[in-house]
Amino acid sequence: MGNRLKAIETPYNRAHHAFAIFTACATLVVITAGALVTSNDAGLSVPDWPTSFGYLIKVPHFVGGIRYEWSHRMVAGSLVSLTLAIALWTVVVERRRWLRWLAVGAFCTVVAQAVLGGLTVLLFQPPAISTAHATVAQTFFCIAVAIALFTGRKWVEEQPRVEFDARRPSLFTLTLLSIFVLYVQLVLGGMFRHHGLSWWPHVVHAAVVSFVLVWTAVRALSVYSRIEAVRRPAILMLSLLITQLCLGFTAFLTRVAWGHNAAQPELPMVVSTVTHVAVGALLLATTVILAIQVWRHVPVAFEERVPQAQQDPSAA
Amino acid sequence: MNKKTGWAMMTVGTLALCGLLALAACSKKENAEQSSGAPAESTAPAAAATPIDPATVATVNGTVKFDGTAPKASKIDMSQDPGCKGANEAENVVVTGGDLANVFVYVKDGLGSRTFDAPKDPVVLDQSGCKYHPHVLGVMTGQTVQIKNDDPTTHNIHPTPKDNREWNESQPPSSPAIEKSFAREEIMLPVKCNQHPWMKMYINVVKSPFYAVTDKSGKYEIKGLPPGDYTLAFVHEKLGEQDQKVTVAPKDTKTVDASFKAAAE
Repeated sequence: MGNRLKAIETPYNRAHHAFAIFTACATLVVITAGALVTSNDAGLSVPDWPTSFGYLIKVPHFVGGIRYEWSHRMVAGSLVSLTLAIALWTVVVERRRWLRWLAVGAFCTVVAQAVLGGLTVLLFQPPAISTAHATVAQTFFCIAVAIALFTGRKWVEEQPRVEFDARRPSLFTLTLLSIFVLYVQLVLGGMFRHHGLSWWPHVVHAAVVSFVLVWTAVRALSVYSRIEAVRRPAILMLSLLITQLCLGFTAFLTRVAWGHNAAQPELPMVVSTVTHVAVGALLLATTVILAIQVWRHVPVAFEERVPQAQQDPSAA
Repeated sequence: MNKKTGWAMMTVGTLALCGLLALAACSKKENAEQSSGAPAESTAPAAAATPIDPATVATVNGTVKFDGTAPKASKIDMSQDPGCKGANEAENVVVTGGDLANVFVYVKDGLGSRTFDAPKDPVVLDQSGCKYHPHVLGVMTGQTVQIKNDDPTTHNIHPTPKDNREWNESQPPSSPAIEKSFAREEIMLPVKCNQHPWMKMYINVVKSPFYAVTDKSGKYEIKGLPPGDYTLAFVHEKLGEQDQKVTVAPKDTKTVDASFKAAAE
């Protein structure tokens, strides 16, 4: 009842929600642009930061790796502005305190991401910092998608259908485990792309990710398929996982098996790797949405534990 | 969280980002000022060079061969920059009639505590046709490397050393040569251009003047070597390193050949 009243308190703001969706979409564009930079080995084609060849905005001679690096910087700069706007808007119009915190957190994350991007350039792409840059990017994407979800009409106005989860491990635990293994995979993939690690940990861990995500999706679909908010992200997560495995295999063939002697990054490698990164981001965000919806619709049921002494009177 | 706190946090965040941007911009400007002109990496004053009697010096020469079928040269696609009109084949394994080019040959061991002055003349690294010339370069520690851009496009020169300082500078067309030096010995130090990802070359930094790079016919020659027992190293960017012992007497001319096989995939 209390939850219902709180939900009614928050009015749905269509423009605010649309802007949140736009920001989330823009984030995916920036992630794709960043993947293009790495795949084309163009990360240091503009040697200075925050300026680009001494200027903040001026378009340089648009050739070679500069095209990718400069475009990435510009769209990333625009995303900082978008995030500032959505954060300010949320702080002004939003009644839910935790969502205002989340919006401010989003802005802090995008600032941290910009700093990591700068450090990547100024320190000549150390694998740890470049990987952190890639990981924080996807974290920010998840936050942006979550804000879009929380500002949506369904979330604001819907009376959630709730089914308690008495199984162990609970579905919520499984979704958290899924997010964890995806993060590990993200770090392993980032380290491989930035020459800090061999390819095999990323490939081996893909089996672990597949197992955990399939387990989570099967549990969600077999037990809670009646709940649309759980069923939809579970199906999407499974579809994205299959797509991602196919893309990963293609990226492996084009980069490791066929492309290791190439004089420069070749188109099949670039296309498969960039798509692999973008779909990876979508997979992580979908899993986060699933976790949020499970937390809302399938709360964990706890048994009331009776002290041992009360269970066995003879012990007294 | 109340609205005031949110506003305050975002203001602080924005100011922090602006401050960081300004700081980074200032530091880059200072770096640019420092790097223009003199070589960036200064070396400690070297001990006086050990004198060598020119009447007794020997010569070591030879040919480096490639054993087996030479791998096909990787193709380069320069279409992403209209300013690039160079040859479209990579130079990682250059074999002509079984002779292997671009092998760096140097005296790895046997010179003891001898010291040598770095030559005053710079070594020139040219960028033309969106390729580095030469592909493999030898230089002494502290010697100046003069980097020129003869292309109608911007390059960036980015060495990725293990033991020397890393740097990354862009060089627009018709701009003055960049002069750099390397303080520590390092073999096959990769240099690349991040704007044109096929542009790669290797600088070999050694402490003695006894080094050479094989030409297209696989030949090399090291002159002025004092008599003694030496270890000669043959290093190729893809095929690895081979060492050979050689003893040279006064005024001797010794031939030391080497042969590389295709690297295991």
